[in-house]
Amino acid sequence: MNAANENDLAPLAEVAGEDVQSNFNFAYLDERTKRMIRRALLKAVAIPGYQVPFGSREMPLPYGWGTGGIQVTASVIGPDDVLKIIDQGSDDTVNAVNIRRFFERTAGVATTTHTHEATLIQTRHRIPEIPLHEGQVIVYQVPVPEPMQHLEPRETETRTLHGLAEYGLLHVKLYEDIAKYGHIATTYDYPVLVNGRYIMAPSPIPKFDNPKMHMNPALQLFGAGREKRIYAVPPYTSVESLGFEDHPFEVQRWDASCALCGATDSFLDEVITDDLGTRMHVCSDSDYCQSRQDALANSGAAA
Amino acid sequence: MYVAVKGGKNAILNSYRLLAEQRRGDNRLPELSVPQIQQQLKLAVDRVMNEGSVYDSELAALAIKQASGDLIEAIFLLRAYRATLPRLGITLPLKTERMSLKRRISATFKDLPGGQVLGPTYDYTQRLLDFTLLASSQTVPTTDTHKTEEQPARMDLPVTPRVVDMLNSEGLIETRPVPPGDPDPVDLTREPLRFPAVRATRLQNLARGDEGFLLAMAYSTQRGYAHSHPFVGEVRLGQVALEIVPEELGFAISMGDIEITECEMVNQFAGSKTEPPQFTRGYGLAFGHSERKAMAMSLVDRALRADELGEPIESPAQMEEFVLSHSDSLEASGFVQHLKLPHYVDFQSELELIRKMRAAASQATNPAAPGVTA
Repeated sequence: MNAANENDLAPLAEVAGEDVQSNFNFAYLDERTKRMIRRALLKAVAIPGYQVPFGSREMPLPYGWGTGGIQVTASVIGPDDVLKIIDQGSDDTVNAVNIRRFFERTAGVATTTHTHEATLIQTRHRIPEIPLHEGQVIVYQVPVPEPMQHLEPRETETRTLHGLAEYGLLHVKLYEDIAKYGHIATTYDYPVLVNGRYIMAPSPIPKFDNPKMHMNPALQLFGAGREKRIYAVPPYTSVESLGFEDHPFEVQRWDASCALCGATDSFLDEVITDDLGTRMHVCSDSDYCQSRQDALANSGAAA
Repeated sequence: MYVAVKGGKNAILNSYRLLAEQRRGDNRLPELSVPQIQQQLKLAVDRVMNEGSVYDSELAALAIKQASGDLIEAIFLLRAYRATLPRLGITLPLKTERMSLKRRISATFKDLPGGQVLGPTYDYTQRLLDFTLLASSQTVPTTDTHKTEEQPARMDLPVTPRVVDMLNSEGLIETRPVPPGDPDPVDLTREPLRFPAVRATRLQNLARGDEGFLLAMAYSTQRGYAHSHPFVGEVRLGQVALEIVPEELGFAISMGDIEITECEMVNQFAGSKTEPPQFTRGYGLAFGHSERKAMAMSLVDRALRADELGEPIESPAQMEEFVLSHSDSLEASGFVQHLKLPHYVDFQSELELIRKMRAAASQATNPAAPGVTA
C-alpha cells in the first residue's frame, strides 16, 4: 500500500475511534468498578507492600499489556490531571502511545511528556530519572506481583509465607547467586522490603531504579490486572532492596555515557546502529534525554 | 545515524488500515455479513458465546467478523464489551430435565426414559471432504425435526429424567444437595479467583475456560495423569427456559430460552472408611452446541474434586491452582503475547550481567586474556 499521510489517516481514526467519550464513562470504567478499585487502593496504601486482591476487569487492551496500571489510572484520574505514560522510560514506544491515546479518547485529559509537569504518571519497567515530587502519583504496570512466584508458584503457599513474614526463600535465592557467581545475579524485578514488613516485587524495573522508590515523596501505586492484585507504597516510606552485609545491594553502572545528551547518571539502553554490530548508548528516559539536549542547545546558542 | 523511535501513533493507525484490508480480503468478493456468520458458523459462534460469557449470537458473530475468524480474539472482544455492563440479577438454577431436546446420548444405558436422540452431530459423518460444498448457492431441505427444535422450552414440557437421577433412586451415585441457605455463587467477573475455590467457582472458571486447554487437561486424565474411570452418563443438547424471580413479583417468570449442552459424567469411587463405594459425578455445561467443551469440563471438574474425595493429588488436572490459573484464554494469550512488547530495559540489564559473568569466567580460565570476547 502507499505510504499514508496524516490526511489519509484522519477519517480512519474517526472510524476506529467513533465517539468514544459519549459512549463510555469518563476514563472508560463505570463508577462502581472505580469505587471497588479505590477501596482496594485505600487498603493497599494502609498496608504498604501488601497485595490486595481486586475484581480486575477485562479491559479493551490485552492482559499483560498494562491492564492493571490502566485500571488504577482510570480509578484515580480526574479531569484536571496531567497524564504522562511511559514504557521502557520512553513516551514514544508504541505501547505507551497506545495507552496515552486510550486515555485521551476516554478521559480527554491533558497529557505531557515532561515528568515534572505530570500529576499522574503510568509506567512500565522504569522510574523517571527526574526525581518525583509531593502530590505526584506514579502507577506501575505489574506483570507478576508475587516476588516469590518463580520460587513457589502456589498462591496458597506464598500467601502464608507473607503472613508469617517468612522470606527465607528469597534470601536463599540471592545467596545461591553469590555462591555460584560471586555476586547477586538479579538485575531487574529485584525484591524490596517495604516499611520493614512485606517483601514486594517492584514490577520489573531495573535494579538501577530501586533506590528511587525509597522515601519517595510521590504516591506509588501498583496494578496487576491479569493476576488481579493491587499494592502501594505511600509517600516517604522505606523501601529497602534485599542484600547481605558482605554482599550489599548494588546498582548497575555503565562505562559509556549517553551518545545524545552525554548523561552519565541515567539508565542507558544499547542500540545497534549497523550490521557490523556497532553500538551506541542512549538514555532510556526519553524526556530526561530530550530536556538535557534542549538545555545543551540553549546554552550553546546563548554562548 | 541513530534516529529516536518516534511516530508510534502513525504506525498504529497504519496498522489499523492494514488490518482492515486483511479482514476484508478481495474486494471483488461479496462481504461476509454478520447474519451469515450467525447462521452458517454456528459452532464458532457458540464457542465465542461460551468463553466470551455472553449469550448473544449476533454480538458473537460480529466479534468473529471483526477478529477475522480468530476465535480467541473474538472472545476477547466480547469479554471487553461485557466487562462494564451492569449485572441485573441472578437466574434460578436451570431445570435441564425440562429441556426441549435436540440431542440426547447416554453411554451407560442402551435405552432409557426419553430415549437416545442422535440429533445433529458430526460423530458419524465419515470425514471425507465434501466437494459439493465448493459450489455456492446450496439450499438444504428443512426436516420435520427442525420444526420441533424451534418449539420453545416451556415449564410444562415433559420431564426427561437425567441418568444421574435414575442412579440416585438406587443410591448408587453421590447426591449433591443444595448447600444450607443456598448461598449466591461467587461471580468471577466481579471478584478475583481465590484459593481454595469452592466447586461452583471452579465450574464457573471452567465454563469460561479455553476449550483447547480443557480438552488437553481432560485428555491427560484418560492417559494416567489422574484416574477417574469416566462414563458419559449423558450428553444433552437443547433449549432450556431461563427463569428469574423479580423482587416485585415474588414468583418465577421465564425470560426466554437459551440453547445449552450439558454433560453428566459418571465416575468410579472406591469408597472410604465412612462411605460405601458409589459412583461420583463430574459436570459440564456450555452455551449452544459445545459437546467437546462440556465433556472436557466434566472430566476436569471430576479430577479437581480429588481433594474433596480424599484421592491423592499427583497430576496437573487435579491441581486446582494449576488448572484454574491457566484456563483463561485472555489471560494466557495476553501474557504470552506481551513478550512482543519492548523489553529493552530488562534485556539491557541482562546483557550487562552476562558480559560481566563471561568476563569473570574468561579471567578465571585464562588470566592473560583480555576482557570480553565475542
